[in-house]
Amino acid sequence: MLKQCEGSHAVAEAVALCRPEVICAYPISPQTHIVEGLGEMVKSGDVKNCEFINVESEFAAMSVAIGSSAAGARTYTATASQGLLFMAEAVYNASGLGLPIVMTVANRAIGAPINIWNDHTDSMSQRDCGWIQVFAETNQEALDLHIQAFKLAEELSLPVMVCMDGFILTHAYESVDMPAQEQVDGFLPPYVPRQSLDPDDPVSIGAMVGPEAFSEVRYLAHSKQLQALELIPRIAAEYRQIFGRDAGGLVRPYRMDTAETVVIALGSVLGTIKDTVDEMRDEGLKVGVLGITSFRPFPLAAIRDAVKSAQRIVVLEKSLAVGIGGIVATNVRMALDGLPIKVKTVVAGLGGRAITKASLHRVFRQAIHDQIEPVHFLDLDFGIVNRVLEREREQRRSGPIAENILRDLGAVASKIG
Amino acid sequence: MFQVRIHGRGGQGVVTGAEMLSVAAFLEGRKAQAFPSFGSERTGAPVVAFCRIDDKEIRLREPIMQPDALIVQDPTLLHQVDVLSGLKRPDGYILINTHKTFDELGLGEFVKGMPADRLVCVPATELSLKHVGRPVPNVPLLGAFAAASGLISLASVVAAIKDKFGGKVAEGNAAAATEAYNTVTARMKDASHA
Repeated sequence: MLKQCEGSHAVAEAVALCRPEVICAYPISPQTHIVEGLGEMVKSGDVKNCEFINVESEFAAMSVAIGSSAAGARTYTATASQGLLFMAEAVYNASGLGLPIVMTVANRAIGAPINIWNDHTDSMSQRDCGWIQVFAETNQEALDLHIQAFKLAEELSLPVMVCMDGFILTHAYESVDMPAQEQVDGFLPPYVPRQSLDPDDPVSIGAMVGPEAFSEVRYLAHSKQLQALELIPRIAAEYRQIFGRDAGGLVRPYRMDTAETVVIALGSVLGTIKDTVDEMRDEGLKVGVLGITSFRPFPLAAIRDAVKSAQRIVVLEKSLAVGIGGIVATNVRMALDGLPIKVKTVVAGLGGRAITKASLHRVFRQAIHDQIEPVHFLDLDFGIVNRVLEREREQRRSGPIAENILRDLGAVASKIG
Repeated sequence: MFQVRIHGRGGQGVVTGAEMLSVAAFLEGRKAQAFPSFGSERTGAPVVAFCRIDDKEIRLREPIMQPDALIVQDPTLLHQVDVLSGLKRPDGYILINTHKTFDELGLGEFVKGMPADRLVCVPATELSLKHVGRPVPNVPLLGAFAAASGLISLASVVAAIKDKFGGKVAEGNAAAATEAYNTVTARMKDASHA
């Protein structure tokens, strides 16, 4: 049924349709509306046979999720930003133990400086934690990916992180097609755990493993992710049959025919990029877009195949590997090994900076003419940066950087873009 | 695509206003996207929310920098925030929650050449106090916007209110929207006869 609602609400309803048995969460912006919505649905009885557990921290949230999943319950939680970092140790344990927890990460920057707005630094910090990571482009896709996530997680016995842009998606009202319960039931069978803690049939989960087998256990985690490369498109195809729309999959090409320049990105910024590329195509510029839906496992072969005829690639990413540059771009380069394709990194949208069509037009044109640096920072104000550097050259006690910059900037509340 | 930017202060229902506008447009079979620009989450702090309305899928996620319509829920913001930034002129709309006129607000020069029926002053706080009992000017301004723009019907605004609120709050807001709608419609009729 089509409805106009907030992204967080759409995700809460989708999770409810998946018949979760345990939901544990700790509030943190911009994720909070999702678990608030689920809390209400559990309390009102709209979600049956489900326990909603309020915990005292994100570390507790993931620990409870590990416990309930190990006991054989379909388990869901959500977090963002510092919350994801705070639970990091347990995040690795969840994947290491092979527990099919589904978690939403409402993507938000990481401090310091403290910032509540959107970028991908939080999810990217956990890219090698062993969880599957999928990124949603729209609220419809966020909804769909959650339903797919439970199936994917449970078939592989691996946890799945569904990443959606904080505020930009979580707090956006747009129309979504909410599936019926029967459709979801037809797609997602009841959870049959590979392992579970049962007092009547005791086992231990989480043995200590020494050098004699640790590599083998880790290799199995890697090979499961490689299995996911085959399973993710299969699940997307099955989803399409039942629900009648495309969602998920590994990568999503757009206007790639004859594209000499390909823009690669993840998440909601793909919408603005597609609008920009449509306008550039109207002018005869051969530009295409490749959205990456599955970031872990990273679809090396699918990316290589999609872009092999291109001359250059612009990876636009909302994250920064400090000291080297792009995270996504580094991964993309691996997919292109041996191909004569230039790759540029554009770091954009950090801490909620708006990514505008005007800026994209400018940077894509520069890229087409090979006029951007290998790592380009979109709309970076070098005036501000240079003032800080100058201050630091001039005086030893130059003071805190963030505070100095805010003072230099003056009133920031008056800016709209 | 029609783009609306709403300015107000935390607690005035700025974000809810944009959301209800998107619901009203959705109910009329259109595509709509509403989203906030959160800053400091404090009562009284300047807040901006956006709503895009179109007949095709809306993919654009940038903030609205060139709005077709501006809704100003608190005229004191005119001196604090660049509220008027990027408004399409001369055919944009401005709706302001005020008893004053555009001239009295010091906007006479800015609106010169803009059609009078797209410049709407409506005492929305007063209407919300009268009908809802709280100073939440968002809904009466949506009623006024429906009347001035004709982009959405009053019935859709009322349906959006009922989608968001229940009971007495919904009834009060529906009455406030209706009164604002009727006031602006009557004013436009008078002006066209004049």
